Amino acid sequence: MTDLTRLSAADLAAELSSGTVSSVEATRAHLDRIAAVDGDVHAFLHVSDHALEVAAGIDRRRSAGDALGPLAGVPLAIKDVLVTTDMPSTSGSRILEGYMSPFDATVVSRARAAGLVPLGKTNMDEFAMGSSTEHSAYGPTHNPWDLERIPGGSGGGSASAVAAFEAPLALGSDTGGSIRQPAHVTGTVGVKPTYGGVSRYGAIALASSLDQVGPVSRTVLDAGLLHDVIGGHDANDSTSLADAWPSFADAAREGARGDVLRGLRVGVIRELPDSGFQPGVSTAFRAALAAMEARGAEIVEISAPHFEYGVAAYYLILPAEASSNLAKFDSVRFGMRVNVPGGTVEDVMAATRDAGFGDEVKRRIILGTYALSAGYYDAYYGSAQKVRTLIQRDFAAAFERVDVIATPSAPTTAFKLGEKIDDPLQMYLNDVTTIPANLAGVPGISIPAGLAEEDGLPVGIQFLAPAREDARLYRVGAAVESVLVDSWGGPLLDRAPVLGGAR
Amino acid sequence: MAKDAIMDFDKALELFEPVLGFEVHVELNTATKMFSAAPNSFGREPNTDLAPVDLGLPGSLPVVNGEAVRYSISLGLALGCSIAPSSRFARKNYFYPDLGKNYQISQYDEPIAFEGEVEVELEDGTVIRVPIERAHMEEDAGKLTHVGGATGRIQGAEYSLVDYNRAGVPLVEIVTKPIFGAEHRAPELGAAYVRTIRDIVLSLGISDARMERGNLRCDANVSLRPRGQEKLGTRTETKNVNSMRSVQRAVRYEIQRQAAILAAGGTITQETRHWHEDTGTTSPGRPKSDADDYRYFPEPDLLPVVPGADLIAELRAALPEPPAARRRRLKEEWGFTDLEFRDVANGGLIAEVEATVAAGASPAAARKWWTGELTRIANAQNREAVDLVSPADVAALQLLVDSGTLTDKLARQVLEGMVAGEGSPQEIVDARGLAVVSDDGPLIAAIDDALAAQPDVLQKIREGKVQAAGAVIGAVMKAMRGQADAARVRELVLERAAE
Repeated sequence: MTDLTRLSAADLAAELSSGTVSSVEATRAHLDRIAAVDGDVHAFLHVSDHALEVAAGIDRRRSAGDALGPLAGVPLAIKDVLVTTDMPSTSGSRILEGYMSPFDATVVSRARAAGLVPLGKTNMDEFAMGSSTEHSAYGPTHNPWDLERIPGGSGGGSASAVAAFEAPLALGSDTGGSIRQPAHVTGTVGVKPTYGGVSRYGAIALASSLDQVGPVSRTVLDAGLLHDVIGGHDANDSTSLADAWPSFADAAREGARGDVLRGLRVGVIRELPDSGFQPGVSTAFRAALAAMEARGAEIVEISAPHFEYGVAAYYLILPAEASSNLAKFDSVRFGMRVNVPGGTVEDVMAATRDAGFGDEVKRRIILGTYALSAGYYDAYYGSAQKVRTLIQRDFAAAFERVDVIATPSAPTTAFKLGEKIDDPLQMYLNDVTTIPANLAGVPGISIPAGLAEEDGLPVGIQFLAPAREDARLYRVGAAVESVLVDSWGGPLLDRAPVLGGAR
Repeated sequence: MAKDAIMDFDKALELFEPVLGFEVHVELNTATKMFSAAPNSFGREPNTDLAPVDLGLPGSLPVVNGEAVRYSISLGLALGCSIAPSSRFARKNYFYPDLGKNYQISQYDEPIAFEGEVEVELEDGTVIRVPIERAHMEEDAGKLTHVGGATGRIQGAEYSLVDYNRAGVPLVEIVTKPIFGAEHRAPELGAAYVRTIRDIVLSLGISDARMERGNLRCDANVSLRPRGQEKLGTRTETKNVNSMRSVQRAVRYEIQRQAAILAAGGTITQETRHWHEDTGTTSPGRPKSDADDYRYFPEPDLLPVVPGADLIAELRAALPEPPAARRRRLKEEWGFTDLEFRDVANGGLIAEVEATVAAGASPAAARKWWTGELTRIANAQNREAVDLVSPADVAALQLLVDSGTLTDKLARQVLEGMVAGEGSPQEIVDARGLAVVSDDGPLIAAIDDALAAQPDVLQKIREGKVQAAGAVIGAVMKAMRGQADAARVRELVLERAAE
């Protein structure tokens, strides 16, 4: 019998709709896989105790002849930053341990309505602050390619769950690369949609002007299928766009079979020096570009002079917004409470926040509080917003000359757990290629580009498109994916080591 | 707490010029809250009218209430303000348990309305123009109840309860510029300004404007500067002065308190102060200083508010007549003296008199009923005159007087029946049998009886002492139980006496 966990979501969905496989079987296969390997990977913070019931409900509806969506019955992992009514939502923080939300995030309710089966909640850096998942209050997630290494962050749980075949699909959130960088280090696909393309309602806010929810998967088509389910206007999110979106799955199919690369103008940023990147990352990136060129793409050098200020601006805007967004965690209405005998409410708030937040969260709250303070606002937050405008202009100028921009998704392959934990600045620099998209609100996709020659670990290539042109990323991503997978003779993940000794 | 020294008010005004400023918070009576679909209610079971964002629950997001934006624009226009083509919300960050998110969504550097002016009329008819700096939208906080401890304040309380029903109720904060020139009428101006704002929001129908419920809350800023000095003095802000009379008293008290300090060579501390209704004094709250850093920044969860020119024009066209202009017009139309009009205005009875006149009564009669008998009954019953009877019924009552069906005295009896809920004036006249007897027959019989009973009086009348007829008229009216027209009785008495 086929190992159902190795199927793409699209293939599994085809089996489900043809009736050869039931959702209960598919869900059980993934729950078994989680039981077998998650002790090592630790992708999940919580595994649903009623996923099989949900799956059985979908199976019943299918046999009753109900019209079901294309992904009905397919299991889904959900990043713990998204609130759910039937499972705890902690955002990786001790301060929200056991927190049950009275409402579902919009993306979760849309996934439920589409018949996806939530498997559980995935691990993440606390409040999505980090690039390694080491800042989770519940212990790090391990990279399925090498359990001693980081799975990226903040969405290392969702990426590892997909890479370790514990789930075919996952939801992530991307504030500065938290979907794309984990995709890069785990050999998976991750999409950060255009800002406003997917509702943020029910995503526990890190930095409201940067956060965006998106799909995590093993193939571009699967990401498109999930994006079709979760995307579109939501009246509960004022920053959500009212646009009518095309089908991203259709765009991916078109990219995989068509001749999308011929004449495609691909921008490569002059100011991103090879020297800042691990050689194997640069090599894999160049090889992917060469493969595109061989299919008729035109590689164009473009200038984005302000990208180099992106990380600095990001680490002012993000902490500033986060310092305010995280103020609500005060013990008064929900979450952890540390009682202070004889203390005032301020004492209780302070003691709770001291005990409930990890070091990285405290670091960023302090940074952000400082950046917003009277007398410093203009120099820090104000200047950072100006950089943001300049980066948006860089993008606008570049997209007059090219259709997409390509970069390595991150400067290095997965580093060792613990390697950068005491060097926040090095950790922050890991986001250098992903941050500009969040600052400008444009969409980005990371797809596997190959393995780095020096360590044999996955490398991702990132494509960026103008705002609202997410479909272009799916076309190009699927086209490149198809070329590269052909050249490798199979998906990159087939070369990942066997986990758990089970298979 | 040591009692603060205060200076005689007139003496204080001799030495110092008071400069005022007011911040008035108006709770809008929209159906739902500023940023959520929860009902905007009052007096409900605590913590029942809530949406996730009112509690700052993880993942919740605010959505702007369009009705509140329209109300705010109307108010801005009524205050003579310009409406910003684009305005933004900002977060005001501070930790307090009544604030679900630990920040308040407000407007900071881009308010929806700015640069206006309102005319405020004092008791003696003087009009003072109060310059408005801005009016901005924000959300209310929850309500804290401090249990235990002597003061009812957070300090010393055993524990505190929070009701978030009020959290997120739409507010407009109206901020004046410094107000100069009120001089010895500064306390009165305070009350009159708040009354004017109340009139405006009531005429717009955008707030219940009940100060005792906190629909309208006033912070009064007072500073003094020595006569002849250009530079403004240090101000204090007395928070939440929640009746017009209290505003008047608080301003007066602060002038006297600050004058005493300044005259003694002291300095005023810039601080917020609490108003104590019982003692008529203020006491220090927390000092305002650089430590008060709200770390404002643009609210990233919301888009700018961009009302179209069409909407602004539509709301401008729908504005009711400004209360001050309306008063001038009505005073003119009714032909009232200053004193007569002030009686009506100060009693809050302009709308009632207007409606009574519209229903057919003369302005003088309408005024007489509302400021006279109805106000007297209201005071005696500790109620509001406007709650006693409808203007239409008052007009109907007056028409019965005008047609001669009722005398003034009988009409007052009918009014008592109306207040007691016995029905319309005509129904009460019928039920109580109160109409004037217009048939001469019974009158003549009563007069003949009275004349026969007082032959000495009859003699005097026949001798030409007409004023002696009063005694007979009195006896006849008594016999008729008041249901007779005294003038007609007089005529008949003289006729019968002459026979």
